[in-house]
Parts: sequence; C-alpha cells; structure tokens
Amino acid sequence: MEKKWEEMSSDERQEAQLQKWLSPKDPEGNDLKFQSPQAEKAFKERATRLKDAIQLKKLPDRVPVFTIYGFFPALYAGFTPQEVMYDYGKANMAWKKYVLDFAPDGHIGPWVPGPGKLFDILDYKLYKWPGHGVSPQYGYQCNEGEYMKADEYDAFIDDPSNFYNNVYLPRIFGALEHFTAPHIADVLEMYGAGLNFIPFGLPPVQAAYKALLEAGNEALKYIGVAGAYNNELAAAGFPTFWDGPAKPPFDMIGDTLRGTKGIMTDMYRQPDKLLQALEAMAPLVVKNGVAGAKVGGVPIVAVVMHKGADGFLSDEQYKTFYWPTFRKVLVGLINEGIVPFCFVEGGYNTRLKVIRDVPKGKVIWWLDRTDMAKAKEILGDVACIGGNVPPDLLAVGTPQQVKDYAKKLIDTCGKGGGFILGNGTVIEQAKPENLHAMIDFTKEYGVYK
Amino acid sequence: MAGKLAKLLSDLKEPEALAFVEKALGEGVDPMDLLGEAKEAMNIVGQRFASEEYFIPDLVFSGEILKGIVKMLEPHLKKGEEAERLGKVVIGTVAGDIHDIGKNLVVFMLDVNGFEVLDLGIDVPVQKFVDAIKETGTKVVGLSGFLTLAFESMKETMEAIKSAGLRDKVKVMIGGGQITEEIRKYTGADAYGKDAMAGVSLAKQWLGAK
Repeated sequence: MEKKWEEMSSDERQEAQLQKWLSPKDPEGNDLKFQSPQAEKAFKERATRLKDAIQLKKLPDRVPVFTIYGFFPALYAGFTPQEVMYDYGKANMAWKKYVLDFAPDGHIGPWVPGPGKLFDILDYKLYKWPGHGVSPQYGYQCNEGEYMKADEYDAFIDDPSNFYNNVYLPRIFGALEHFTAPHIADVLEMYGAGLNFIPFGLPPVQAAYKALLEAGNEALKYIGVAGAYNNELAAAGFPTFWDGPAKPPFDMIGDTLRGTKGIMTDMYRQPDKLLQALEAMAPLVVKNGVAGAKVGGVPIVAVVMHKGADGFLSDEQYKTFYWPTFRKVLVGLINEGIVPFCFVEGGYNTRLKVIRDVPKGKVIWWLDRTDMAKAKEILGDVACIGGNVPPDLLAVGTPQQVKDYAKKLIDTCGKGGGFILGNGTVIEQAKPENLHAMIDFTKEYGVYK
Repeated sequence: MAGKLAKLLSDLKEPEALAFVEKALGEGVDPMDLLGEAKEAMNIVGQRFASEEYFIPDLVFSGEILKGIVKMLEPHLKKGEEAERLGKVVIGTVAGDIHDIGKNLVVFMLDVNGFEVLDLGIDVPVQKFVDAIKETGTKVVGLSGFLTLAFESMKETMEAIKSAGLRDKVKVMIGGGQITEEIRKYTGADAYGKDAMAGVSLAKQWLGAK
C-alpha cells in the first residue's frame, strides 16, 4: 500500500511530487494525451534529465539546458510587450513559439506577460507597464516605494493578512482605495452581526468591490487562454520547470513593502521589529509557494532573490537578517516535497558557504554573476547549480563566443551531474542565434559518457 | 584625526551624532565646521565602502544620518557658503529603464565627494541627455541601467551624443547590474564602473580632481 503523505519523509515527498510532474494530467484528471509517442518520450527524457540533475542520485544522460526570460519571446515573435500584455492570444502564441523553436529541456510557463487589462481596471500602482509609465516596447517594472510605513511593523506582525487586505491593497490598487475586507470573527453570533456589513453599503466601498468583480471577469478571460499553455506544451514534449513563485522574506519586505531604503534604514533604527516581521513573513511565503505548486501541478517553485547579493549586505547583515528566515522558507518548501528553484540575481560569492546549509538534493541554485568554479566546489555535493551564461554575451556576442563560454561551464560544473546550463538572468534582448548556440551546443557537448 | 562628529557619523551612530550637533549648535560652534566634519565623515564612509568594510545598507544609512544633520545645520548657514565644487556630472537611467537604486548611490557618492550632479532621473529619453550636455557644458556623463534592454538604450544614447557633435567634449561612464566591459565596447562608452566608488574615481580622473 502507498504510504500516507503525513508519514513520508521529505525525500519521499519530493520523489512523489516529481513523479506526479513526470506524469501530467489533463484538466479532467486523466493522463495527458501527448501529441505523439515521440513527444511523450521527449517529455519523459527532459523531465527525468532535470530531475536527475536536482536529486544528485543518478547521473543524467546529459547536462540539461534551461532558459529564463522576460519579454524576449514577444520581441522574438515580432510583438511589443504591450501587445502581448493585452492580447492573450498573441502572448500564448509567442510564448509557445519560443519553446518550440529553441527546444530547451523545460520552460517557465506562460505567466510573464500577465493580463494588462486587469491592471488597468484595478489601477495598479506598484508597477509601471507598457502604456502606463513605460513605452509599449518595454516590459513592466516595479515602482519602489514605502508601501508599508516605518511605524507599521506592529500592525503587520500582529496580523499580516489583515495588513495586506486592509492597508496594502488599498495602497497598491487605486481602484481599491476604499476596499475593506469583512471581519469574519465579528459575525459569529446573530446579535450585533448586522453592524459589520455597514461598510459594504457605502458607495466608495461598493465601487472597490465592483472593480474586483470586473478584475475577476478579466482574470477568467485571461486564464481561459493562458491556462491551457502548460498542458499544450507538455503534450508537445516540454515540461514546465518553474512555478510558484516565492521570495525570501527579506526581499518580500524590502522589495514591495518597505522599499530598499526603508528596509536598510530599519536594519539600524528598528532591527528587532524587522526581525519579527521577517519571522511573520516566512510561513506566508511557504503557504503561497505550496499553493502555487499545487494549482499548477509543478513542484518546482521559483524563489526570486534580490537584496542578499554580494555587496548588498555584509556577511553579518546577511546572516542576521537574510538567511535565517530564507532558510525557513527553503526548508518549509522542501518539507512539502517542493524543489525551490532559487534565482540568485547578481553575485553570490560571499554567501556560498552559508547557503551550503540545506538538505542534499533538494534545491536548485540558479546563479547569475557568481564564480561557477567556486560554486561547484562549495555547493556541488549538496545542491544542483545552474545558469551563469551572461545576458551581455547573448545580446552582443557571437555564437562562437557563446559556445566557448558554454564549453567552459560544462567542463567546470558538469562533472558528476548536478548542473543545468542556462542564462544567468532574465533576458529581454538577445540574438536568437546566440540562444540557439547555447542550447544546441549543450545538447551536443553536454552528453555524459 | 577625525573630530567627534566625523567619528559618530562615519560609525553610523545616528542618535549620538544628531544629539552632538544639537549640543554643538547650542554652544555656538560654527556650523561650517560641523558641515566640514560631516563631509570628512562621508569620505571615511566612502573609503570603508570601497574596502568592503561597509555595504549598501551602511551607505544608505549614512546618507539618512547626513540628511538629518544638514537639516539641523541649514537654518544656521549663511547663503553663499557652499563650498566650491570639483566639476559637473550629468547622470540618468537610460530610456525604458526605471531602476534607480544604483544610480542614486552613484549620485550620492559623487555629491558627497564634492561634485555638482545633475540627475536627470529615470527612463531618460536620448534627447534629454543631449540637451543637458549642451546646457550644462558638462565634461562627464553617467548612464545607468539595470535591465538588458538598457544595452540598446545606452548605445542609442551614445550615438545621439555623437551625432550632436558632442562626443569629443564628454567622457561617458556606464554602470548597472548587467553592465560589463563587453557592453562598454558595444555602446562605445569610455568606461564602466562596477560600483558607486568606481564612478567617483572615474569622475575624479576625468575632471583632473584629486
């Protein structure tokens, strides 16, 4: 008999999750129908190759190759970022074309473009997007700010959900300025319960809910197109290799709550509050990551990392503020059988010894500007590493230079498995021939003999 | 040797530094002397950053403390007491890119190191750089960018500077997360700096300041 989930070790859970990922289902829960026996074979080979690279138990048949990207597929297909944000069909077409034309071992799913009209409806303030603060030919970018004020830590720590619902949402969505969430705890008894509903009779609050309903309708239109993407590509032989997402608690607070300057001054002015808030954040991140993985059926969760990079924090600051709750997130995800795909922007040379402290064969470190020889030496026996092909090389180099770079990487990091070749950070602009060179060369040269 | 305020500020002791300034002003200490000490402190902070004793949070926080000190000193300073500047630098984040954390650090370090900085902000159109160079007669320009799209925007900005006949009149430095020597060559800029202190060194070198 199969073991119950509660009785499984994290090893067994990971194996169970990855096995499920290896056998995709259609929306009705039946085995997915592949386009052809060849497509099925290719799917299994690609997914197994990636799985072997992660687990460090079996040598993969060759070095897997994987790419991460922003709006590159749009530009490659001849669309502007604005077009693919507003025309879901175009987005779907471009994102599919990218994977089919370049044929990497896995893909990142369809979520980059996002439903532009939904953000119009909600008057989203947290980002600028094409036509809303940046020109149509550029992708969306975050507006840094103090969306949580320096004196609001207690409110956040006390009840993060309440803070997000009633303080944060009204700040980041113009249309939800007067949004207020129902106080469920106050309506337990009939006596007095009616009073709790007064806010929902007020026109500004009703306007906020109306905007939510409209956004919901738009989200359904969007998912009606984008929702089938992962299965369509699976049927063609390509597994989804990143979902979620999640973030280290320090970046959750530093990126979109307090802002860079905010969190950095808090480290001095109110370090204890910051530490408490980081602790309160960690379980939320795990919960979101697990939920994301479940919805998509992809147990590889992208953990996007920013402000712990070399130069951003001292060793001591990293070990005090960044790592402890980040590690909790990693372990929390691992315990649910999920593989954190840590996308480490910038350099991480000074952190390698610290991040070594994770269970073996459970994490992917996707490195951007880190010294890969050093990374292999320090992390190689505990975790899969990948990435590092520089975006500048892909943008302005030649195919031969890209091949030379890939060869060096495979020679340095490929030994014994546990390595995925790919570009170090998301690309918008790159020469297609360079991407082809990177992917095709790896397929040829990366074979383990 | 550094004075008391220079030490407090460079050691990032905010409450102590602010209390010291308040007390000193009450005792009739010349605010120009205090400002001088604050500048000395920022030099120390810059050196510690360059030697990797300090990191970005320390730099950011030193700026916050300095802001507090300058706010206390301002009402006591006579107009026209502003020290002479080493030279002008025009800087901005190139078209299409709105990232400014790195650029702001460069602006801050240039400023505390005595340069007059014209910060054009983010998503700066090519023509705005050209106009600013003409209007200010600056000899040094800084182009910042974080996204890979900045490679193209930097190149276009360089080309516009060239077609406006200004290429021989300015030195251009570029910087940002994904900027490398390859991109310097691609854009035709004069140099790339890996961090804020590199930007200061380049500006000093180009403007002949020590």
